[in-house]
Amino acid sequence: MSAINLVEESIVEKTAGESESIASQTFPDEVILDIDNVSISYSGNPAVKHVSFPIAKNRITSIIGPSGCGKSTLLRSINRMNDFIDGVTVDGNFIYAGHNVYSSRIDPVEVRRNIGMVFQKPNPFPKTIYKNISWGPQINGFTGSMDELVEKSLRQAALWDEVRDRLHESALGLSGGQQQRLCIARALAMEPDILLMDEPCSALDPISTSHIEDLLFDLKSRYTIVIVTHNMQQAARISDYTAFLEMGDLIEFGITDQLFTRPNQKRTEEYVTGRFG
Amino acid sequence: MKRSPLELSNTNIQKRHRKARMFRLLCAGVTWLGAALLAILLIQITLDGIKWLDIQFLTSFPSRFPYKAGVKSALVGTLWLITMIAIVSIPIGVATALYLEELSHKGRIAKIVEVNIANLAGVPSIVYGIIGLAIFVRGLGFERSLVSGALTMSLLILPVIIIASREAIKTVPMSIRHAAYALGATKLQTAWAHVLPASFPGILTGVILALSRAIGETAPLIMIGALTYVAFLPEGPMDSFTALPIQIFNWVSRPQQEFHELAAGGIIVLLVVLLTMNATAIFIRHKTEKKLQ
Repeated sequence: MSAINLVEESIVEKTAGESESIASQTFPDEVILDIDNVSISYSGNPAVKHVSFPIAKNRITSIIGPSGCGKSTLLRSINRMNDFIDGVTVDGNFIYAGHNVYSSRIDPVEVRRNIGMVFQKPNPFPKTIYKNISWGPQINGFTGSMDELVEKSLRQAALWDEVRDRLHESALGLSGGQQQRLCIARALAMEPDILLMDEPCSALDPISTSHIEDLLFDLKSRYTIVIVTHNMQQAARISDYTAFLEMGDLIEFGITDQLFTRPNQKRTEEYVTGRFG
Repeated sequence: MKRSPLELSNTNIQKRHRKARMFRLLCAGVTWLGAALLAILLIQITLDGIKWLDIQFLTSFPSRFPYKAGVKSALVGTLWLITMIAIVSIPIGVATALYLEELSHKGRIAKIVEVNIANLAGVPSIVYGIIGLAIFVRGLGFERSLVSGALTMSLLILPVIIIASREAIKTVPMSIRHAAYALGATKLQTAWAHVLPASFPGILTGVILALSRAIGETAPLIMIGALTYVAFLPEGPMDSFTALPIQIFNWVSRPQQEFHELAAGGIIVLLVVLLTMNATAIFIRHKTEKKLQ
């Protein structure tokens, strides 16, 4: 038992040093969000432990790891969606635009306005397709042409051609994959700085999944995307950076190609080659 | 001799089937008993009251002479009352439910309020009558007016509306709220734009049940002193009034057979009002549910 603990500790120390070196010296991209020594616990049970890594602007960062490793927890705490779950405590900093998003001077509503989210299961509002898109901008005081914004958002989400003739029909009539793209369009309509995606393809068939992956690829020129996925091939295909979490610890963070082909950690290698997880 | 596994003489299975059949019969019997009793009641009432039901019955004031008596003032009083109860109790009830479910910090105080609302739903209506008499009639000086009646009845049905609305709000999936929050919506914006519309059919059902209860209640109205003989129509909320259940109660308590039949006529009118309300609610609910799908 103690031997295992020792091994884990040494891994953590090494990774902490590693990601710091990436962040401070050789990190090639502009950092839009810095996750700095973040620990999260549910009523005292730690779910994420002392995790630090940067999120690069206009890049896709994926968070991978086995079930229960804390990846979704970490993602949801970035835009403070964990506020709605009882008993969650977050330590450490999420430095975004010069502020810790958990600072008492920061309004969580403002954070969510700038950091959008797409959920695991498509969750369109039970309203028309048009209203699904327009509601977010509307409550946030959008004054431009709503029709244009709706069209633009739907085009960005590669859904416009499929729904242009039925904008005022219920969004619940769409297929699962279309609903998820609608949810992406809805998030894009807010023109967020960062788009968080929590296993957005896990409820979809392979064709819808590939649609969404293509879409993410197109989106990254304009948006920063952080995606949680349990699908390693997906992470390898679409992301620029990958963070590998296990049991709440960050095992390794790095450029995706490197992490998948020449991982620094033995655990990473075992995971990405499918030996566990 | 070895028995085939599919042979029907397997006594264990047959016993189980028999039990299932008996239980189903029992449930069916109880269901039909309830329906039959209701049917007998309705038939009896209709037979008694139908011959008094005509335009004259609906357009006449009460009278000492059965052939001249009608439910005009009682019917109009009931319509006034139910409208005012709806205006008072629906906004307060739904807002309370929304606050308790969506907006409040769920602490000890919320728990205490919650338990007490459930308790209030079980308080006998006559007790609300006494409260109404003390507070609205005497304390606030509303006298024996429609306002007093409507406020008292609102107190009576508020717990029902609150509980039903909370249940309806609880059925709205969390994922819809999260979707709204993730767009930078406040709790209030989310509740108003998404939670409330999605729970509307359930809330409407609760409201109609509560209003149906209010329309049939007699005890609180007698307590606050709604009049039994009213030969005029209320012209405003501060006027005194009578209502259908009170008129029925008054007729039933007279010795003459004709007045008993008049009471049956009054009951039919009350049931028609009630069924119209329910039908309207079901129609609206059906329409909104369809729109959501």
